[in-house]
Amino acid sequence: MLELTPRATPSLRMAYLSPALALVVTVMLCAALFALLGQSPARGLALFFVEPFAGARALGELSLKAAPLLLIGSGLALSFRANVWNVGAEGQFIAGALCAARVALTATDSTSPSIVIPILCAGALGGMAWASVTAALKDRFGASEILVSLMLVYVAEQLLGYLVFGPWRDPAGHNFPQTSLFADPTRIPRLVSGSRANVGLVLALGLAGAAWLFSERSRAGFALQVGGASPPAARYAGYSARRALWLACLISGGLAGLAGALEVAGPLGQLTPHVPAGYGFTAIIVAFVGRLSPLGAILSSFLLSLFHIGGELAQSRLALPKSITMVFQGLLLFSLLASDTLIHRRIRWRRSVRAATPSSALAAASAPTSSDERPEGSP
Amino acid sequence: MPRLELVDVTKRYPGVTANDSVSMSVEPGEIHAVLGENGAGKSTLMKIIYGMVRPDAGLIRLDGEALAANQPRAARARGVAMVFQHFSLFESMTVAQNVWLGHGRERSLPSLIRELRRASETYGMPLDPERAVHDLSVGERQRVELLRALLGRPRLLILDEPTSVLAPQAVSGLFETLRQLAREGCSIVYVSHKLDEVQALCERATVLRAGRVVARVEPRRETTASLARAMLGAEPPRLERAPARAGAMRLCVDRLRVDVARELGTPLSDVSFELHAGEILGVAGISGNGQRELLAALAGEGDPPAAGSIRLAGEDVTRTGPCERRARGLRLIPEERLGRAAVAALPLWKNMLLTRPELTRRGWLQPSRLRRLTARLLGQHAVKARDADALAGSLSGGNLQKFIVARELDTEPSVVVVSQPTWGVDVGAAALLRQRLVTLRDSGAAVLVVSEDLDELLSLCDALLVISGGRLSPRLGATEMSAERIGAWMSGLWGSAAAPAAGATACSS
Repeated sequence: MLELTPRATPSLRMAYLSPALALVVTVMLCAALFALLGQSPARGLALFFVEPFAGARALGELSLKAAPLLLIGSGLALSFRANVWNVGAEGQFIAGALCAARVALTATDSTSPSIVIPILCAGALGGMAWASVTAALKDRFGASEILVSLMLVYVAEQLLGYLVFGPWRDPAGHNFPQTSLFADPTRIPRLVSGSRANVGLVLALGLAGAAWLFSERSRAGFALQVGGASPPAARYAGYSARRALWLACLISGGLAGLAGALEVAGPLGQLTPHVPAGYGFTAIIVAFVGRLSPLGAILSSFLLSLFHIGGELAQSRLALPKSITMVFQGLLLFSLLASDTLIHRRIRWRRSVRAATPSSALAAASAPTSSDERPEGSP
Repeated sequence: MPRLELVDVTKRYPGVTANDSVSMSVEPGEIHAVLGENGAGKSTLMKIIYGMVRPDAGLIRLDGEALAANQPRAARARGVAMVFQHFSLFESMTVAQNVWLGHGRERSLPSLIRELRRASETYGMPLDPERAVHDLSVGERQRVELLRALLGRPRLLILDEPTSVLAPQAVSGLFETLRQLAREGCSIVYVSHKLDEVQALCERATVLRAGRVVARVEPRRETTASLARAMLGAEPPRLERAPARAGAMRLCVDRLRVDVARELGTPLSDVSFELHAGEILGVAGISGNGQRELLAALAGEGDPPAAGSIRLAGEDVTRTGPCERRARGLRLIPEERLGRAAVAALPLWKNMLLTRPELTRRGWLQPSRLRRLTARLLGQHAVKARDADALAGSLSGGNLQKFIVARELDTEPSVVVVSQPTWGVDVGAAALLRQRLVTLRDSGAAVLVVSEDLDELLSLCDALLVISGGRLSPRLGATEMSAERIGAWMSGLWGSAAAPAAGATACSS
């Protein structure tokens, strides 16, 4: 009989191994899924794990998807650590895209390319503004930031719809719900020709590093962490919970808005109803798979970008449904949460199987999980 | 045939053996003490008997028949009852409703109320079954737990540290009840670390140390010292302490009022006291009488008080927060070490920062400097930790407290407020910590100790205040302190003993 027993101290090694284990489990489940769908598991897995690396163009696509995930994921990692559950990054992403588009639409072909800077700033400010609605409602009325930020995603989507169907619609666009194409100078500079990868990747990597530095090495970041790990300790230290709430919302909102700006001024080049591509939600998984660390998010953003591209390839090559990407993401998060059990517990093989009694459920329940059930004075 | 028999009961947890082949027996009608320090494994053993924890090995017999392991329901059906240290009552319900929850199958609510009235009369435990639990004092709540246990007509009653929440007078009332129960044939297992109680109440005692039975004694034939030796395995360390030389006033609290909703805590009213340099002032009282609110007000956490003032070295700090008070030399050491005074998931060097913002440079952490400082403190104060990178949660209670005390005292504070300094700390560390507080006093700091452990306060303090129902008693000097008087005062009965402690004029000077 397999038995889970608690560890005396959480295993640090398992904390790092758990994402790898989760990935292995996910790959195995996915192979099984391909087989069930009547496809060759080897071919299916190759689409996900080999093809996205084949050639400069493919790598460019990979980084193009990873950059927004990394930006949003780093912000969410900080926010979640501070116990501020901003799950509406998608809405902040849209708000950022809208503000960036507003600036980009003012440009003409003769505008200086430095307009990219105001565009990106507008995006970040837009994301912050959207997130500050959540912060203000929580601060003033104690509204749940989870619900408010999530609901604001749908408000942002409606706002985007209103603008592209209405005031901002391209008069020469044959009635399609989209703005006119932005002028060339607004285009985010590419890194190398022949690939769509742009400076957004460099920006994302730099900001992830900065987010790590802020979280691990600055006093304000430390206060944010303490507030998340233990609110009474933060009160004891004299850290303001309000400040933590606002800081977490503004950082994660700003980074999501910046990602939105990079998306509209980068690969899209105009505003359409299809701007929200789910990056804001996928980034939640990025943050968790990256162990709520901005540095971990670098790896996990590329992993989830891989899933995204693999999913698209599976659609076009194997005629599998679009939802395969979501299934993969879900399986990864699910396996990760399962693997995380092993950080606090270990699996043991128990040979002496006692007579099955109705109490076996109680036996599991009475394992000393909470501190008050620990023996007195246990280390 | 013994009522209860334990044979070689063993229970291991990761990193610690809570019970190591423990054997004991309890006769019918006997009051049997299980004696041991914090962490000796008493509570685990009781939970095993009651079926809440499954032992790794060993046998439990009740009236000669084996008791199924890990089945509280079976244990209850066989007549085992337990009153826990921490109560499990629904605050919004009445006494009778609470009891009915456990016994509802056998009787109707009205008949239960009649039965409760009769039982509370029989056992001399006055209690109105129709009062809501949130209105009851801690002692009354314990009566509810006890009556609930008694209604099941137990053959074996387990009491885990029942007096830790009682005033001395209430203790003698409880003992009367227990003796009466024993005369009726009920066996009682009485878990405690208080020697005088065990001597007053119990015929036999099993002494546990580090999970093992180290002695089986008849407490009445032993002296307190010999019992302590058995329990500790060594002579209890003595506290060295010269008389105080009180100096200038360091902390002055004047007619402080803190409003809290009754369900959430105890409001403070008209709390005044003075704390001088070079003295240790104690605050005695039963938990839940306003200690938490007083400490929060002194720390500056949460909303400012509704009225009154707090002065630190003459300066009004009533409306300042924890950081500013700390900068002015006030250090507070709370009773909750993990989760409040330290964050379990962070390494010790980062935990230093919690109360030491001056250790950062322009808002940035300096890991190597912090690690060095932490390592120095760990060495100086004999804190058993792997190194400065050890997580706070990996330290034992005593070592964590040593670390926290070292962190705070390293700043050479002028006022130290400490709550339950040795709660849950092993004897050796407790002696060390108390000695540090005395040294601190001798070096000229003003120390306020809030504790529920009266023995600790009597051995440590130069003067004492008693807190009851959110009010503070007049000050008791060293010669006026006696357990009887403090006991009476814990119930708020200081009457017109003296004028309120601190004169308002002194504060404003």
